[in-house]
Amino acid sequence: MTKIQDNRAWWLVLPVFLLVAFSAILPMMTVVNYSVQDIFDSSTRFFVGAGWYRQILHDPRLHDSLLRQFVFSGSVLLIEIPLGIAVALTMPTRGRWASLCLILMAIPLLIPWNVVGTIWQIFGRADIGLLGYVLNELGISYNYASNTRDAWVTVLIMDVWHWTSLVALLCYSGLRAIPDVYYQAARIDRASAWAVFRHIQLPKLKSVLLIAVMLRFMDSFMIYTEPFVLTGGGPGNATTFLSQTLTKMAVGQFDLGPAAAFSLIYFLIILLVSWLFYTAMTHGDQK
Amino acid sequence: MSLTLEHVSKTVDGHVHIADGCLNFEPGSFNVLIGRTLSGKTSLMRLMAGLDKPSSGRILMNGADVTGVPVRKRNVSMVYQQFINYPTLSVFENIASPLRQAGAGKAEIERKVRETAEMLHIENFLQRYPLELSGGQQQRTAMARALVKDADLILFDEPLVNLDYKLREELRQEMRELFKTRRSIAVYATTEPNEALALGGTATVLHEGRVIQSGPTAEVYHRPSRMLSAELFSEPPINLLPGRIAANEVSFQDCMHFPLNADLRTLSEGDYRFGIRPSHIGLVPSNDDDLEVSGTVELAEISGSESFLHVRNEHLSLVLHLQGVHDYPVDSPIRVYIPTHKLFVFDAAGELAQAPARRI
Amino acid sequence: MAEIRLQNLAHSYSSQPRGTADYAIREMDHVWEQGGAYALLGPSGCGKSTLLNIISGLLSPSEGQVLFDAREVNRMTPEQRNIAQVFQFPVVYDTMTVFDNLAFPLRNQGVSEARVTSKVHEIAEVLDLHSLLKRKARNLTADEKQKVSMGRGLVRDDVSAILFDEPLTVIDPHLKWKLRRKLKQIHEQFNITMIYVTHDQLEASTFADKIAVMHGGQIVQFGTPRELFERPQHTFVGFFVGSPGMNLIDVRAEEGGVGFGDLHLPLASGLAARLPDLAASRLQLGIRPEFVQVTGEATAGGMQAEVVRVEDLGTYKILTLRLQEHLLKARLPEDHPIPKGQAWVSFPAQWLMLYADDRLVEARP
Repeated sequence: MTKIQDNRAWWLVLPVFLLVAFSAILPMMTVVNYSVQDIFDSSTRFFVGAGWYRQILHDPRLHDSLLRQFVFSGSVLLIEIPLGIAVALTMPTRGRWASLCLILMAIPLLIPWNVVGTIWQIFGRADIGLLGYVLNELGISYNYASNTRDAWVTVLIMDVWHWTSLVALLCYSGLRAIPDVYYQAARIDRASAWAVFRHIQLPKLKSVLLIAVMLRFMDSFMIYTEPFVLTGGGPGNATTFLSQTLTKMAVGQFDLGPAAAFSLIYFLIILLVSWLFYTAMTHGDQK
Repeated sequence: MSLTLEHVSKTVDGHVHIADGCLNFEPGSFNVLIGRTLSGKTSLMRLMAGLDKPSSGRILMNGADVTGVPVRKRNVSMVYQQFINYPTLSVFENIASPLRQAGAGKAEIERKVRETAEMLHIENFLQRYPLELSGGQQQRTAMARALVKDADLILFDEPLVNLDYKLREELRQEMRELFKTRRSIAVYATTEPNEALALGGTATVLHEGRVIQSGPTAEVYHRPSRMLSAELFSEPPINLLPGRIAANEVSFQDCMHFPLNADLRTLSEGDYRFGIRPSHIGLVPSNDDDLEVSGTVELAEISGSESFLHVRNEHLSLVLHLQGVHDYPVDSPIRVYIPTHKLFVFDAAGELAQAPARRI
Repeated sequence: MAEIRLQNLAHSYSSQPRGTADYAIREMDHVWEQGGAYALLGPSGCGKSTLLNIISGLLSPSEGQVLFDAREVNRMTPEQRNIAQVFQFPVVYDTMTVFDNLAFPLRNQGVSEARVTSKVHEIAEVLDLHSLLKRKARNLTADEKQKVSMGRGLVRDDVSAILFDEPLTVIDPHLKWKLRRKLKQIHEQFNITMIYVTHDQLEASTFADKIAVMHGGQIVQFGTPRELFERPQHTFVGFFVGSPGMNLIDVRAEEGGVGFGDLHLPLASGLAARLPDLAASRLQLGIRPEFVQVTGEATAGGMQAEVVRVEDLGTYKILTLRLQEHLLKARLPEDHPIPKGQAWVSFPAQWLMLYADDRLVEARP
């Protein structure tokens, strides 16, 4: 369906355009500006060209952070996407249970992020946290504050608890859009449940899954609040992800130049990977 | 109010939706757009309504150029294939909505809504909601909403296609009655030639965005200006046979031939395509100039009162539309007779060279 | 191949049906014989899709039995009944090629790959899909997709019946033609029981050997297209079959015939003899537009009527005439002379039907 062509629409867009310019493009340009200068204070600055970029790209802390970040985002996607689909498949579609289920699914998404971090931080403590206490009573040594593996597992589980609902709800709406006749035809063709999933549900979920994957990737790649509140980045550097490293640099050490350069590189990485995902998933449709 | 399209074209992303359309509709006329799916009927109607702007060309209403005028400013109503009604409003409110928009008074709204509802036989459902009604009633509500506005131009985009066969017949008849006394121009799109014939008025044949022929429906049917027009406007499809005129006779595939009759003699020699309507081919010779063709029956489709026979031999295949029940088993031999004075002749470019004379 | 029998069948969508209005299918006993091509014809909402779903097993009837070859299958699912169904909207597995689509049912049954290949090629040949076997199903046109749907039903050796639920709805008219022909050919070749649901009487007539006309949840007549046309048992059949439908005139019983307005129409003695029994019923005379004789000059037994409208439908013309306050339609061949203003009509006794309370009155022998 083609839209009405009306050039006056540009006038309506102008306020938004100005807003975006003010709140996004100008700051972004400022960052670019900072990334090519060495700043001591507001009046002392030197142009260093690509100096900061070179320094950043060789910084081992950055490499480590980046690696951790990719591992984190990868694990998040690997767990949350299939889990979300599975949950969506089992959610009831009719009756009052359906509404109840939807509400339950939505609750984790409504909690402020730092509260999420706090919940899990307390939950996991060996002394007053239910999880920590029970696990230790069962003989499993669990301490996310001092054990790297425990910290990772806790952060991952927290993220899964927090965000799988989003994937589930998106897939649920995608599944609801599939007409009944497809299932009827599959029954008549004696298709197994797996075949139904593979040939009917999954293809029809493609566009929804694309959104889910992109959203989860971008959000998890930028994650800051929850792990910061939960582990503070520890033990040591174990759960210090990119955003935290960046914050330390910019706010903690006030190295505006490198931080700015880092920001831009961060931005470009997200853009690149998202674009790769998008192309890969929509490639099939071009044929 | 008359509607004229001058060299209207619409191209989207390199795809030509409408190419050089020139049409003229008189006030109070009922015009049918006929063509296959994706032939441009909907695109053309959207241009007429003002929902889209043409890439080139002009649209004139009553002589005034309305090409750039958006649909809100034009006096147009449209009825769609899917029964489109405001689901949260009662039937009364649905029909009243254009009048309320225009700011009409309460008494006037009341009167006009009842009048229009009576015309469409839904006066008993005014308090119900559209989703409670049957498909036919929903579409009548949509039509009532389009008609109550008394717009200069009313467009129907295949409105009856989701309805029962019988309901379609009923509504078609009602539509013709409704438009007899109005001064609005009605434009109705359909893919079915039989529907176009039943509705009458004028017919415009569209194919791949081009206007192939336009004129009074009976005219377009009986005198197709191009082969394409004959093909698109007949159901079952017209039989077409390549042949040539040479040495005072017509020959098909160098095997069947018959001498030129008085009408055909006026044509020059060369290759032509001959068309014969399925309903004109008979099982018994009825004229001196009948051409006999032998073949076998590929399939016989019998409806209660008519039969469609698919006949073929090694040179050609024909479809016959016969009255009455003629049940032939598959692969049985058959002889059919083509009255040569009923042949349509199309030249190599597809233009009509000669149409059979009509004796009424 | 199976004989399908419906016994005391009734179906209501509500759990506590109170009256006939709550029933989608009213009390029905019916047999579909093996290998026949049948159509279920009726307007929207008459229960034909419900009936089809009961036969296929997608719906379990609330009352009565469905028997396949004398075995009760009420609780059996479509796959257990070996039913194949083609729906209104083409259902194809988008991600698979046409070949894989056709092979799907066979592979699910564990048939050997060699057999799968040969069967798929055979069916693709019959349906003219051979050139498309390697294409992805999502890139096909609507009619090609429908053919693939049909093909999935045909590849199976053990299919007991193929059910079609208005399969040509989304197809363009000039392709409908070809697909109808294809269906008929398939039936001739494979001889499987086929039941075709439609609201288009032409489609039903050209496909089926016998048509079941449904009205208000019941089958009002089951006969060949010719029987439905020439001797409709119910006024609804007269109305629904034929284009335009049968002319129905309310009449009153008179000595030796019937009357309406100022006219008296004598009836054949066998029919007239039944009139006294029908004193309490609503009497209607039925004559199809194709059988109404129209002339420009007065004839013996002809009734004078006024010509109201003439419509040219290409291969035939429809005349609307006013006879004694009743509007009649007559269907005349293309070349038939059209009287102007006044015409004389007559109803040949052979085609004149009498209906009492909507049911056909049979002449006393």
